[in-house]
Amino acid sequence: MGWAIALHGGAGDIPYSLPPERRQPREEALRHCLQIGIKALNSKFTPLDVVELVVRELENIPHFNAGRGSVLTNKGTVEMEASIMDGKTMKCGAVSGLTTVVNAVSLARLVMENTPHIYLAFDGAEDFARQQGVETVDSSHFITPENIERLNQAKDANRVQIDYTQPIQNDTKNETEPPFANGDSQIGTVGCVAVDSNGNLASATSTGGLVNKMVGRIGDTPVIGAGTYANEFCAVSATGKGEAIIRGTVARDVAALMEFKGLSLKEAANIVVQERTPKGTVGLVAVSAAGEIAMPYNTTGMFRACATEDGYSEVAIWPDTKIE
Amino acid sequence: MVGWAIAVHGGAGVDPNLPPRRQEEAKQLLTHCLNLGISALRSNASAVDVVELVVRQLESNPLFNSGRGSALTAKGTVEMEASIMDGAKRRCGAVSGLSTVKNPVSLARLVMEKSPHSYLAFSGAEEFARQQGVEVENNEYFITPDNVGMLKLAKEANTIMFDYRIPIAGYEKCAGLESSVKMNGLPISIYAPETVGCVVVDSEGRCAAATSTGGLMNKMSGRIGDSPLIGAGTYACEVCGVSCTGEGEAIIRGTLAREVAAVMEYKGLRLQEAVDFVIKHRLDEGFAGLIAVSNKGEVAYGFNCNGMFRGCATEDGFMEVEIWE
Repeated sequence: MGWAIALHGGAGDIPYSLPPERRQPREEALRHCLQIGIKALNSKFTPLDVVELVVRELENIPHFNAGRGSVLTNKGTVEMEASIMDGKTMKCGAVSGLTTVVNAVSLARLVMENTPHIYLAFDGAEDFARQQGVETVDSSHFITPENIERLNQAKDANRVQIDYTQPIQNDTKNETEPPFANGDSQIGTVGCVAVDSNGNLASATSTGGLVNKMVGRIGDTPVIGAGTYANEFCAVSATGKGEAIIRGTVARDVAALMEFKGLSLKEAANIVVQERTPKGTVGLVAVSAAGEIAMPYNTTGMFRACATEDGYSEVAIWPDTKIE
Repeated sequence: MVGWAIAVHGGAGVDPNLPPRRQEEAKQLLTHCLNLGISALRSNASAVDVVELVVRQLESNPLFNSGRGSALTAKGTVEMEASIMDGAKRRCGAVSGLSTVKNPVSLARLVMEKSPHSYLAFSGAEEFARQQGVEVENNEYFITPDNVGMLKLAKEANTIMFDYRIPIAGYEKCAGLESSVKMNGLPISIYAPETVGCVVVDSEGRCAAATSTGGLMNKMSGRIGDSPLIGAGTYACEVCGVSCTGEGEAIIRGTLAREVAAVMEYKGLRLQEAVDFVIKHRLDEGFAGLIAVSNKGEVAYGFNCNGMFRGCATEDGFMEVEIWE
């Protein structure tokens, strides 16, 4: 059995009408990150190193909702969070509320390796980042014009919507117009899972969270068992509506179904996404100790890519149109 | 219709040298809280109302490590966290990093019911608390002289220990460190987790769970443990409600609360078997305990460490408050 890797740049209501100038850079980015992961696996990096490396790359790309390009809180600021888990040792690390740290996933790894804790957040996490000497920049570095636009649209929509949780599509005044003029999904996250030829697994996820979120809101991404999980059976990274992923303990459930009901990775992942979470809220990428890959989602689309050692690779956004 | 059941805990991992007076105080508090819960259940309160009510009581009492009486961060401040879950629809709410909110579990409930989110932390959570008009106090209100003393001892113990995971010789010479039982890297005479929690199944068969804590003594500011993490310290679904306590990192890694429900759902185990399985197989070198109820009116608990402050009761009149095995 060879290695396998899968990564995502977020699941959501990515409309089929996404114009080429918004679609192509993202496809290119997915391809690029996949190549980085493939190269690392071929150079015998551990799955833990690989997922960190790939997620760092995804964080640095402004097209996805993590690191640079993170969506904004209701105050126009960024609060980034991430987690990482090593399936072999079950060690894990998580961070939330970061405002200046360039690579949240790497700080999560440092929490895992250099502290007796698993999860550090907000000021405490920022202090730790400085102690560890990780790269930090002014928060404005992470803010993109696209995200300022997304935030404005979300705030405008809220003037019409009383209930924040209602999908914007329900606003009948704007039936023909997509919720966000730029056509991108407003929810998303990045993540990567990998398994080496010895069956060692690892997972990492990183995000800016939900557009227009309340300051201090934590989603599923840093919650072990919700957005990220890895053990001896599989590694999972989830994306979508954080609140649904937390309630559904999505990442853990995929592994639990495999372990307790003897299901295959694909069966377990499908059940969790299609039967145990509401439609339009979740997507995930997963790999198993046997080298299988699963990338189910119950949203319109999910930016994703995967590859196996035997040469197979795939970059896709929607169900039927594979790009390669 | 199912008979109701309730369990409360005040932490897993107890100093074997705990003075009898302290043991008595703890048992009295647990009994009192249990009775409050029982009274509410007899008046047909819902499971989620009862767990909140009981945990509020535990938070307000400085005896255990939550609300008033919370363990202190390395800076000598209090950062409280809590979560609550309503099994019927698996709705949940959680908070972390609270420094002035009198009852973290109630703020967690407000996050669940009055915000579009599931989890709020630090200044954002404090702001929400003010918007919601919940009772707040100065940080000093939560700090007890006992804990100030404990923090000092913890710091002394830690400066001797380079890596808390490596057993060291020498700390036994420190005054007050007679116990050789350790949890979270500290001798248990200095620090026992003492997180609080409550699980309930009401007479409609609805399960709920809530957990609240000040966290780890001498923790880094910003450290979040298992108590506010759904699936780790707290979980409730249609089949059960679970609240955990002990070494936070072990509970997170083992997704302990969710695990009990998962083996019930996916392996068909009954509540006590599920609890035993999880305690036996999911903790490795970690120490923890948990309480749980099922939608069939059962109550169970388990722990792999030295004692757990607990109490449980069922509608048929069974009641027990214990500390040791």
